[in-house]
Amino acid sequence: MMKNNNDEEKTHMIAAIVEHKPGVLYSVANLFRCRGFNIESISVGVTEQPGLARMTITVKGNEKMIEQVIKQLNKLIVVVKVSRLDPANVVTRELALVKVNAFSAKERSDIINYVDVFRARVVDVAPESLMVEITGTSDKIDAFIGLMKPFGTKEIARTGITALSRGAKSIKIEE
Amino acid sequence: MAKMSGAQALVEALKRKNVEVIFGIIGGATLPVYDVLYDSEIRHILVRHEQCAAHAADGYARASGKPGICMATSGPGATNLVTGIANAYMDSSPVIAFTGQVNTFSANSAYMIGRDAFQEADIIGITTPITKYNYQVKKAAEIPEAVKLAFYVATTGRPGPVVIDVPKNTQTEKAEMDFSDNISLRGYKPKVEPHKLQVKKAAELLLKAERPMIFAGGGVILSNASPELLELAELLMAPVATSLMGKGCFPENHPLSLGNIGMHGTVEANKLILEADVLLAVGTRFSDRSTGTLDTFCPDAKIIHIDIDSAEIGKNVDIDIPIVADAKRTIKAVHQLLIQKLQKKKSSQWFKRVQEVKEQVLSKAGSSGDGLKPAKIIAELRKILPEDAIVTTEVGQNQMWASLYFKTYKPRTFISSGGLGTMGFGFPASLGAKVACPDRPVVDVAGDGSFIMTEQDLATSVMEKIPVTVVVLNNSMLGMVAQWQRLFYNRRYSAVNLDKLPDFVKLAEAYGAQGIRIGSLDEFAKAVRKALKSDVTTVIDVPISPEEDVFPMVPAGKGLKDTIEG
Repeated sequence: MMKNNNDEEKTHMIAAIVEHKPGVLYSVANLFRCRGFNIESISVGVTEQPGLARMTITVKGNEKMIEQVIKQLNKLIVVVKVSRLDPANVVTRELALVKVNAFSAKERSDIINYVDVFRARVVDVAPESLMVEITGTSDKIDAFIGLMKPFGTKEIARTGITALSRGAKSIKIEE
Repeated sequence: MAKMSGAQALVEALKRKNVEVIFGIIGGATLPVYDVLYDSEIRHILVRHEQCAAHAADGYARASGKPGICMATSGPGATNLVTGIANAYMDSSPVIAFTGQVNTFSANSAYMIGRDAFQEADIIGITTPITKYNYQVKKAAEIPEAVKLAFYVATTGRPGPVVIDVPKNTQTEKAEMDFSDNISLRGYKPKVEPHKLQVKKAAELLLKAERPMIFAGGGVILSNASPELLELAELLMAPVATSLMGKGCFPENHPLSLGNIGMHGTVEANKLILEADVLLAVGTRFSDRSTGTLDTFCPDAKIIHIDIDSAEIGKNVDIDIPIVADAKRTIKAVHQLLIQKLQKKKSSQWFKRVQEVKEQVLSKAGSSGDGLKPAKIIAELRKILPEDAIVTTEVGQNQMWASLYFKTYKPRTFISSGGLGTMGFGFPASLGAKVACPDRPVVDVAGDGSFIMTEQDLATSVMEKIPVTVVVLNNSMLGMVAQWQRLFYNRRYSAVNLDKLPDFVKLAEAYGAQGIRIGSLDEFAKAVRKALKSDVTTVIDVPISPEEDVFPMVPAGKGLKDTIEG
């Protein structure tokens, strides 16, 4: 029998164009739960086409599992199109809001230095804390959050990854 | 077009889909629909438990090839359907369930969705993982389209159950209704035509095969591909093994038939698959009950897999040549390529080997022991029933005895709960099958444990004049579980004894049905003949030994090579 040579667990990115209707997120999330697939992150938003939403899902698994994820997603009536994003040819972004302690003037200026280096922005200033908005790849955000740890991060909100393939190609929907 | 109520639109839409019968139970949240049904030509069969409505609709669908319709009220009515819907989902049966729901909106009352109203249940949430599609109607005007989509989705591609949840206020609300036929579902485009190159590859592989074998599942029956399968098998001289769901797709009195494969498959099927060099699998999902352990399933064969559901390809078994398409069209296409290069033969080395194994098995079988043996009972039943009679089964030993010994010759004449393994399925399914095929005998091969799970619908069969025959192989045990305890749990019979069962003869009579207890094979034959002539349902109580086992058997966690012949 043919053996899958790729049993290695990796993080994969999937873009799903779905009907923008109530219950769709539930159907998709439920599918992952029922079949034992693990969602690492999921982000949802409207698309350029009315009535459709785009879900960017990152999921960890081996090659065979990812194939099943895509096929099972395709089976859902509310899912219009599924495509796998090639990590070598994709732009990924995540946005995070980080609330960090800043008690002294020194801490404040240190944080702002980091913010500049990372091309992030301070979006809220309170007497003893700052809120920073940072956009970038997940790695970049992880690194920034790592640097903020010593100051004391009070709260972090991340959007999860969203992604688009490079170049002129797009996910086409047949009518 | 004049305005009509949602309830009127629902019944009108069903009429336009040529629905003849609905199995259901009325309740508060479906009163408006039932008020319209009161004047309708559509027959409503009042069952005694909603689970039976779903199973009867399923039996109707499997026997007729048409979608089966069931209806229940909100809350407990809807949740009682769940087992039947899950059963239809696992076996790809086009069951369409309509459920009542509390109001979407209510001006001065808490009787509305999301308020934990009386008899409110989130049936859309509950049935999402067990339906092909489900939809909650938000306003009356959506009803014609919801019905249209339900039929389209349930019956095309890989069939499956659909739930349409209809809040009570949408049933009474009036609206302009659009009954047009056009369908637009951008997320659903089932692929039916096979890929030409894949067909060519499959034909080339089969042409080179020395020991080709066909493994046919329920998909062959669903796509009505039996005649094509027969032609292809004969051209290739390939033996045909079926899954439980595929039983009937290939005549079991044909020299190339091996019967069922798997945990309680035949010795010949389980043995020969190990020798095959090319396996053509059609319309099967390689369930664990069919394959045994995966690494020892047809170890030497290249596998061609034809299935209309792409997600089934490579799910359990790695495939060499996948073809995502309708079984009938694909088998036909493969046959067309092969017929140009292959002559129909009378025999082959492989065919001789197949016959040799079949004869070995036959010679060993012989008559084993005295008393009422299930094998003899089922074989006798086969002798009496005409070829086109329909047999349904419950789940457990009765089901496996039926699958082993009730030789089936035609598709849609063997109806069983294959995937979910639902005890209590067979009897209501037999009622549905009888409604679909009133001129043919319908027999439920039952066990005592399964039959008592849905026997209350004897009342339905008598009141609605749906005469079927129930053969209860009665060992006063949950027999299959007891068998496992006998073999693998040191005969520690935990919770399997059903000693204080009702007297099935009296039980039948209490419902106005006919009850017969038999003590010999002769009496059994007489009872069946009497039942076939009867205007009411007959329950035949067949006492058997609680020590009876089903063999052959592949123990759980073992491969087909480990088949215990018994």
